[in-house]
Amino acid sequence: MSESIIQLRGIAKVYRVGVETIHALRGVDLDIGRNEMVAIMGSSGSGKSTLMNMLGCLDRPSSGEYTLGGRLVSAMKSDELALIRNEEIGFVFQSFELLARQSALENVELPLMYSSTAGGFRARRERALSALQRVGLGDRVDHRPNQLSGGQKQRVAIARAILNNPKILMADEPTGNLDSATTAEILALFTRIYREGQTIIIVTHENDVAAHCQRVVRLRDGRILSDLSAEEDFEVSPYVEEARATQRRRADAEEAAA
Amino acid sequence: MTNTKAPSRKGAKGEGRGLTIFFFLKAIGMALSQIWANKTRSFLTALGIIVGVASVTAVIAALTGLKAKVLSEFESVGAARLYVFPNRPDNVPRAKFPWEKCRLKVSEAQAIMDQCPSIKGISPIVDLPMSVESDTELIDGMTVNGIWPAWHDAVGRKVMRGRPFSQIDIDTARQVALVNEAAVTELKIDTDGNGGLGEHILLGGRRFLVVGVVETTQARMLGMNSSEAEIFIPFSVAEKLLDGWYFMQFAAIATSPETAEEAKAEVEYVMRRQRGLQPDDPDTFRVAALDQYINQFKSLASGVTAIAGGIVGISLLVGGIGIMNIMLVSVSERTREIGLRKAVGATSAAILLQFLLEAVTLTVLGGIAGLVIGKLMAVSLTYIPGANLEQADVPAWAVILSIVFSAGVGVAFGMFPAYKASRLDPIEALRHE
Ligand SMILES: Nc1ncnc2c1ncn2[C@@H]1O[C@H](COP(=O)(O)OP(=O)(O)OP(=O)(O)O)[C@@H](O)[C@H]1O
Ligand SMILES: [Mg+2]
Repeated sequence: MSESIIQLRGIAKVYRVGVETIHALRGVDLDIGRNEMVAIMGSSGSGKSTLMNMLGCLDRPSSGEYTLGGRLVSAMKSDELALIRNEEIGFVFQSFELLARQSALENVELPLMYSSTAGGFRARRERALSALQRVGLGDRVDHRPNQLSGGQKQRVAIARAILNNPKILMADEPTGNLDSATTAEILALFTRIYREGQTIIIVTHENDVAAHCQRVVRLRDGRILSDLSAEEDFEVSPYVEEARATQRRRADAEEAAA
Repeated sequence: MTNTKAPSRKGAKGEGRGLTIFFFLKAIGMALSQIWANKTRSFLTALGIIVGVASVTAVIAALTGLKAKVLSEFESVGAARLYVFPNRPDNVPRAKFPWEKCRLKVSEAQAIMDQCPSIKGISPIVDLPMSVESDTELIDGMTVNGIWPAWHDAVGRKVMRGRPFSQIDIDTARQVALVNEAAVTELKIDTDGNGGLGEHILLGGRRFLVVGVVETTQARMLGMNSSEAEIFIPFSVAEKLLDGWYFMQFAAIATSPETAEEAKAEVEYVMRRQRGLQPDDPDTFRVAALDQYINQFKSLASGVTAIAGGIVGISLLVGGIGIMNIMLVSVSERTREIGLRKAVGATSAAILLQFLLEAVTLTVLGGIAGLVIGKLMAVSLTYIPGANLEQADVPAWAVILSIVFSAGVGVAFGMFPAYKASRLDPIEALRHE
């Protein structure tokens, strides 16, 4: 953890619903370094999504400090946060969130619409194309979401998320809507992007998904319960061996193909 | 604003932030695809605006055509014409200005002729209701006008056949008459193929010789129906037939259209002097110049334009409410999309602008469709026979105004839905459904 890109200090999030006060996060301290691949786990309602939204600058903490790449984002205004989301964060959602009437390429290009630093027409298009190629969909550029399989849709979504070379790639249950074969495919893609130097945070319920990560952070009731490597995590460790083996096989196969 | 060289985000953070041309192109492109995807819905929504713009365009085109026509007719008639009418002033005691003091006298016509340098010709016109008889026909209560020879010049109606009154006719009060074509037909005096010339008619029991036929009309003027039978006799003859009550007016012509205004002032001055009116006495007569009628027509036309504007305002309002409704539907249908857009970096301002652009695109398209329909209506107006609308056309200002108004409606009624969209919380929005 030589260079920490994310620093959370005493992050708390309180929701008020009527007279009730819900403590979704109760003082979270967390450091995530450059090029880490972290799984966030925990039972339902433990605060995973809340933490994710915070890390992704979609939400601001009720208290505590969040520093992203040396800048205190917890003190930023919403327009500044929008800029951060546009340039430094990539989101992947459980249900893909693709625009139905737009082609794969147009979907990938979407963040550039709100960017003033993305260059001209050609630069924009080329950037989107290369992102699609990175996720292996260079041949599906003009397909609409309804002409793509679930795995392909999620690839398009990942291409959109990595388009701007974000500081962090965040995925909230990215394989929640996929079958096991497709899940493996998507995880392999995440692993490859991770190898290329990307920092990735994945929220998941599945131990075998978490086994693809290096580090597992467990939440319970808005607090960090444990923060261990995948091998150390009691529940994840049984799956690590197989995950690594799969990754090696994939890498070998890709190398052979290339 | 666009940094084409290096998309390195390091140097550009925070600065150079704003919406680019790409945003606008994308937003309009998406608006169009949204409209295309919901063709029927979009059409029905824009219908109010289409109908409003189309109808106002047609009305403006018709008015423009009518105006061009009327003005050109007025101009051909000449703006040099003046009329003098008796006029009892309002708000003064009746006793001070009884009718006898207000009505015109021949001596006044003579004075105007003698003393107004800008008046080229003048003729009194006196109305005499009389029974008119030819060999076969009898028409009761017809108006016979007593005139001077200058009448032809003053009202611009020439003698087509035969001759006008001569000075001898006037001086000796000869019982001669001029008629118009309608009178020839109605009295059936064209017995020998001479067009009525040389025939005798009885006016109030006296025998008159028809010496000429005058043009039925010089130009059709609004509200002046000249198609009925008309009979004219020398003023000196008419004068003898006058009993106590009569109605007389003067028709005059200025030396040129440019001097018409001056002529009017001169006439007023001479009339006041003739009548011995004190400086603070009101006029007991009225001088009407044709350009006054032109102005009246113009103000009538702008009145109608204003009413048409009001109508279009109402239909744009109705159309605008439809737009607002459909945009609210669109915003709620696309809540997740809005959440996504915010998640990938859209600011509230960008979302607001995007939905505004969508509303404006819809209304402007509606406005353009309305203009096209209005133009077609204007073209078909020009083919209506006798409607005097050959020159109906949509002026450029109406085109620009329609587009601007349509866009304005888009902004005004798209604002609330767009604001709603811009205020959505991305997390909530993405959780929607
Ligand atoms: N907008 C909100 N208003 C009120 N309470 C909220 C809101 N969002 C989350 N919560 C509450 O905060 C707590 C944490 O929610 P969160 O969505 O982070 O859980 P999670 O770990 O992602 O659960 P899951 O695995 O089911 O997705 C829950 O008790 C939830 O009910
Ligand atoms: Mg969750």
